[in-house]
Amino acid sequence: MSDLTYKPLYQRPKALTMVPTHYCPGCHHGIVHRLLAEVIDELGIQEKTVIMAPVGCSVLIYNYLDTDSVECAHGRAPAVATGIKRARPDSIVITYQGDGDLAAIGTAEIVHAATRGERITTIFINNTNFGMTGGQMAPTTLIGQKTETTPYGRIPERNGYPIRVSEMLATLTGPAYVARVAVYNPANVAKARNAIKRAIQVQIEGKGFGFVEVLSTCPTNWGLTPVEAVKWLQENMIPVYPLGEFVGGKE
Amino acid sequence: MAERILMKGAEACAEGAIKAGCRFFFGYPITPQNEVAGYMSRRLPEVGGVYLQGESEVASINMVLGAAAAGTRAMTSSSSPGISLMQEGISYIVGCEVPAVIVNFVRGGPGLGGIGPAQSDYFQATRGGGHGDYNLVVLAPSTVQELVDLMKEAFDIADRYRNPVMVLADGIIAQMMEAVEFKYGVDPATLPAKTWAVGGASGRPRNIIKSLDLVPENLEKHNWKLQEKFSLARKNEVRWEEFMMEDAEIVLVCFGTVARIAKKSIEEARKKGIKAGLIRPITLWPFPEEPFRKAISRARRFLVVEMNAGQMIEDVRLQVCRARPIDFKGKPGGTVFTPSEILELILKLEESK
Repeated sequence: MSDLTYKPLYQRPKALTMVPTHYCPGCHHGIVHRLLAEVIDELGIQEKTVIMAPVGCSVLIYNYLDTDSVECAHGRAPAVATGIKRARPDSIVITYQGDGDLAAIGTAEIVHAATRGERITTIFINNTNFGMTGGQMAPTTLIGQKTETTPYGRIPERNGYPIRVSEMLATLTGPAYVARVAVYNPANVAKARNAIKRAIQVQIEGKGFGFVEVLSTCPTNWGLTPVEAVKWLQENMIPVYPLGEFVGGKE
Repeated sequence: MAERILMKGAEACAEGAIKAGCRFFFGYPITPQNEVAGYMSRRLPEVGGVYLQGESEVASINMVLGAAAAGTRAMTSSSSPGISLMQEGISYIVGCEVPAVIVNFVRGGPGLGGIGPAQSDYFQATRGGGHGDYNLVVLAPSTVQELVDLMKEAFDIADRYRNPVMVLADGIIAQMMEAVEFKYGVDPATLPAKTWAVGGASGRPRNIIKSLDLVPENLEKHNWKLQEKFSLARKNEVRWEEFMMEDAEIVLVCFGTVARIAKKSIEEARKKGIKAGLIRPITLWPFPEEPFRKAISRARRFLVVEMNAGQMIEDVRLQVCRARPIDFKGKPGGTVFTPSEILELILKLEESK
């Protein structure tokens, strides 16, 4: 006898609220929010999770992820997360930060949370610019890339070079998992989901700091259509920011 | 009765905090108060707490925000340049309505300044300090014993208003050894549960702690709500001491270490038949008004003495207005008054009768 009851194959994760997001068309924040919510559901940790909202486009993440949340000052999420985790070691503490927040003003906080092996998880959105303030140069902006504040393109002599955060953190002993992923096609979405899960699992297992860098599009500030933006990401970002697991991958 | 122990101010501050139920300390080294962190790093693990050295004062105050947002009694201590770095975090803690205690053992500034004791952070402490409309209750001890007593007050007031409290002392109080008695002992497990805290929404609606509100009308509402708390604090948290004020004609106004020195000068002046007295604000914010109302009819003139270039004098002016002359003597930069220096000031005022 075959089982005739319907089983849903795809539905809204429980940890995702029923609210339309404010993100621009073609922006990858929405996909990453969903993946994070799916992993929270799968691991059954919604009632233990506290998410640190950053300053940047995802400042309102607590409107979309249905968990406890603290909204932090620009770049300080890993420090606030540290305070919460030390006070409540049983909770699951996640920071969600963009490249302005994490790789510019918050460099000290992320490096030291990582090197302490703080039992927290960080999702790092790299879209090569400051999105919310209108597309200024970020530390991750590519050489030659035009932004609001590099109208002639990023020139190394004036603006220095892009920073590879995952590779930098991978030199430290504290991180238990470091990976760079992308979400521009289904195969990569699946890998990104696994990476986010792994970065939270190392926290649950008390192994150390978990970090996932997600290469993301910013069609609005890049001045491209969503489809063009995906192509631009593949052609320009991946050569500078190669995908892969840097710490804690399959042995 | 609890026994009296000889302790250094900074260590007594730390033990006071622990006895007040504080179990989380985050800080960054800076002279002249490093013994607070040293003591905490030794003692907190013994009582199931956490001492963590942040990578900066900026990180440390945000760790305090995190631990306090998780519902614990958390604190930091620092000295002037470090407190400047913490102002961003303090403003967020106020906006988020989270209780916390910050101790500032003030040293001379501006810039790196020096490491000598000073009172030059009065403006910063009493006018908010960071961005936005807000105040901290500011407690200014003048002895190590009072520092100990005020540590518990600080945590209680912070919890009562869900607002940070600042203890403002100086390097003399941090470094001086005095016999102290701990008259309290709070088991953090017995403190009322903080239903607004984060840590996982298990069996309750989720909690969101934030200072952001992009709708101006809502932010205004939030700010008026904060102001209501500050009004309540103005009414209920004012503390001061009056010393030989019953018949005082020359009224000294000093806080902290200077007040302690001034008492000696006043005693000497009294021996010479001069009717001098002291108003010592213990809360620098809210600033006491009542002792000035009481003093004004008898007082001939006021003398403000501070280890800065003249900061509290502005609050004294607000109380005295032009009703009486106000004299000022300041020492900015880390030097300290002697009792005879202040006595001389009193004698000069007496001559100008």
